[in-house]
Amino acid sequence: MAVTAITILTRFDAQKILGENMSVPILEMKNITKQFPGVKALDDVSFKVNRAQIHCLVGENGAGKSTLMKVLSGVHPYSSYEGEIYLDGELQTYRNTYDSEKAGIAVIYQELALVPEMMVYENIFLGHEIRKGINVDVNETIKQTVALLKKVRLEVNPSMKVKHLGIGKQQLVEIAKALSRDARLLVLDEPTSALNETDSENLFVILRELKQEGVTSILITHKLQEVLDIADKVTILRDGQSVTTLDNNNGEVNEDVLIKHMVGRSIENIYPDREKKSKDEIILEVRHWNAYDPRLERQILKDVNLKLKKGEILGITGLMGAGRTELARSIFGNTDGYRLEGELVLNGEPISFSSPHKAINAGLAYVTEDRKGDGLILIQDVKANITIANLERILTRGLFIDANAEIRDAREFRDSLDIRTPSINQLVLYLSGGNQQKVSLAKWLYVDPDIMILDEPTRGIDVGAKYEIFTIMNQMVDQGMSIIMISSELPEILGMTDRIYVISEGRVTGEVMTQDADQETIMRYATM
Amino acid sequence: MTFLQELTQNLKRNIREYGMYIALFVIFLFFSVATDGMFISSRNISNLFNQMGYIAVLAIGMTLVIVIRHIDLSVGFLAGFLGAVAAIALTQWNLPVWAVIPLVLVFGIGAGLITALMVAKFGIPAFVATLAGWLIYRGALLQVTLRTGTIIIPNPAFNAIGNGYIPDLPLPNFLPGLHKVTLLIGLLAAILMVISSISSRRKKIEYDFEVSSKNMFIISLIFMVILIGIITYILAGYNGLSWTAVIVLGVTLIYHFLTTQTFLGRHIYAVGGNPEAAELSGISVSKITYIVFGSMGMLSALSGMLYASRLQSATTTAGTLFELDAIAAAYVGGVSSAGGVGKVTGSLIGAIVMISLTNGMNLMGIDISTQYIVRGAVLVAAVVFDVATRKRGI
Repeated sequence: MAVTAITILTRFDAQKILGENMSVPILEMKNITKQFPGVKALDDVSFKVNRAQIHCLVGENGAGKSTLMKVLSGVHPYSSYEGEIYLDGELQTYRNTYDSEKAGIAVIYQELALVPEMMVYENIFLGHEIRKGINVDVNETIKQTVALLKKVRLEVNPSMKVKHLGIGKQQLVEIAKALSRDARLLVLDEPTSALNETDSENLFVILRELKQEGVTSILITHKLQEVLDIADKVTILRDGQSVTTLDNNNGEVNEDVLIKHMVGRSIENIYPDREKKSKDEIILEVRHWNAYDPRLERQILKDVNLKLKKGEILGITGLMGAGRTELARSIFGNTDGYRLEGELVLNGEPISFSSPHKAINAGLAYVTEDRKGDGLILIQDVKANITIANLERILTRGLFIDANAEIRDAREFRDSLDIRTPSINQLVLYLSGGNQQKVSLAKWLYVDPDIMILDEPTRGIDVGAKYEIFTIMNQMVDQGMSIIMISSELPEILGMTDRIYVISEGRVTGEVMTQDADQETIMRYATM
Repeated sequence: MTFLQELTQNLKRNIREYGMYIALFVIFLFFSVATDGMFISSRNISNLFNQMGYIAVLAIGMTLVIVIRHIDLSVGFLAGFLGAVAAIALTQWNLPVWAVIPLVLVFGIGAGLITALMVAKFGIPAFVATLAGWLIYRGALLQVTLRTGTIIIPNPAFNAIGNGYIPDLPLPNFLPGLHKVTLLIGLLAAILMVISSISSRRKKIEYDFEVSSKNMFIISLIFMVILIGIITYILAGYNGLSWTAVIVLGVTLIYHFLTTQTFLGRHIYAVGGNPEAAELSGISVSKITYIVFGSMGMLSALSGMLYASRLQSATTTAGTLFELDAIAAAYVGGVSSAGGVGKVTGSLIGAIVMISLTNGMNLMGIDISTQYIVRGAVLVAAVVFDVATRKRGI
């Protein structure tokens, strides 16, 4: 009876049953508890991954996903945590990441670990070069590289320098690198956060193919749609505990269920309501804006025209590399040193900003896309980060910083934006992504601007914190600020804005009122 | 929280900062015992401050240079060259001292701005730009001293900077053997410290901010007062405060306030912590680069004059290896080459640590070869301690 049952099931289901009943899971982490001074990052977490599956790991920032993976990869060595790790049923005692790599675990982090100046094949075999005597066997290396690149469907010259590849392709090189080490368990930490949609889909196709070949993947992600698309199973962590593991192949999982488990309550609406009341008064206008990059001898922006109305949230979207960030930075003091043509009109007056300082003085603020790279000063504390763009506010006699006023103001912002930090003296480095982003917002709110440009304001931020950021944005608009929201995530552009410009290859290809827009329309403009 | 708990917690949290003071204390204790108290004698301590002066001011300037992620190798020979310029101005141009000092300081600022131009405007790595400066100023020093060799400075006012002491009250019968003005200054400093601490604490309480417990506060005040008292007493036991010590303390105080209490300091540390973020926050990174290198040039000029004044002459080798001593002092004092971290007071302590080692080992009659090895080991130990405590992420 049981035999017939198996025969009529699909190949996939058979694999599952085999995986669960007849062989041990590839990975089992049992009762993992990891303590840091003052915090329990993981509290009795158990996590089981079956062979040849794609297993998603979701949870809010600070839920313990990264810590769990660091335990798995040996960043936190055996004996620094409680509990046990079994790979193929065998107890694992990694002292470092080298041990876990040897056991077949490959972790691919958001910040890729490639050497930009080295070639593709050198990167793939970095650290385990194929040798002929004491020399590297270049021919054999290239031959194997070609085979690996084929596996990840990457058509590039193996002798190309990695720095000339786009971020999506670099990620595939990382996967090829993992495969070259016979990795059986791939851990991908938010692999799509920097990818556009095409590259993301491409990545998933490859992960599915690898699955057919028996490679298991663990995927950490914030994008719930991705989870539904690709996961076989999904485990949800909350506050350092494993809440549940769901099976995505029997239809019990949807976005609401995931959110409910992640935040411990259901969020009715991902986008907080706002009374839309933008006026027709135009606060900022960009006319015939052209930007050339003198180093690449390339035109970045081509005859861009756009208008920002007072009190609106204006969305700017487009594919990765379309020129959205370049547009924002060329307006905000042109720190990239582009050659600019065109006109900026602020409140009816023509104006130009030769430095961010001038843009700030004119009432602009710019929350950068990469908050760790060029947004915050990570090694400084929360209060210093909040006040840095407008120290004038707490100066006495034009020179001295009033330390008490600074503490008072920083506390005010901590409370009003609900920045979760043990103290305003905490280094920003130690805050979670969502709280770091709130510090960025606080910093620019402290300037009291008229126009706030937000570049990917929710990148790498969990659902709960996203909602809070959106709420803050709504409050800002209510107080009369105008917002330019740059984002590649269409749902949030559609959920938050009044009006949308779509940019493709440096030019504006479409302008739509949000109420009339849908994802298809925007994608059509974005690929024009 | 009991008092003891608060004390240990406080110590733990600030271990990096206190570590340096503890190290300095241990070094002082060791040499005092090893030299039968000769090291801690008034005369030697006073001497030690004078020996340290020209390196200490360089270390203070270097701190800021390293904080903004650069380095300046040219400061040694720039100091030597400008010392010679001062000597020439006094002996050949026959300018008065009060004109020479500001003039040479301005030359120093000019030299620093040229370095900044190379770094900020042309994008040359500071290491290379200042290595070129090292060669150029060395050549310049040799040229200006070519004809005469060592230039003797016969100006007593100028030479007092490196050798003289502040005047005392003409009261031979009151407190004999002690320098009364120095005692008075020490007393004033202690009173000022107590008053400002109390008012700052009161203000914090007004704002409803956390403050240390009353016992803790009083203990730390008493500790500071005793420390000032001991230093003052030791110095007063010889000739009192030297002009060099006055200058070093003055420079330290000014730079300490500039870096910790003003927007300029905040901007400097922001540029060091993350230059891109600083620029996008409206801070001009190139302006800060000019200011920091300009100040380094000015302090090089000061260092050069302190040295020339101390030797009462400008020599052909003046300034040799000053830059490396200054860099070592800054690193011992806790500055980080990754940028954005480091205090000028730390670098002053670093300079005192390094000069104490030299001075103490000289008194013990230890061979110069061993001295280099010990100083190298202390430099490494200090940085290892710094990195290790930083890693703990407090």
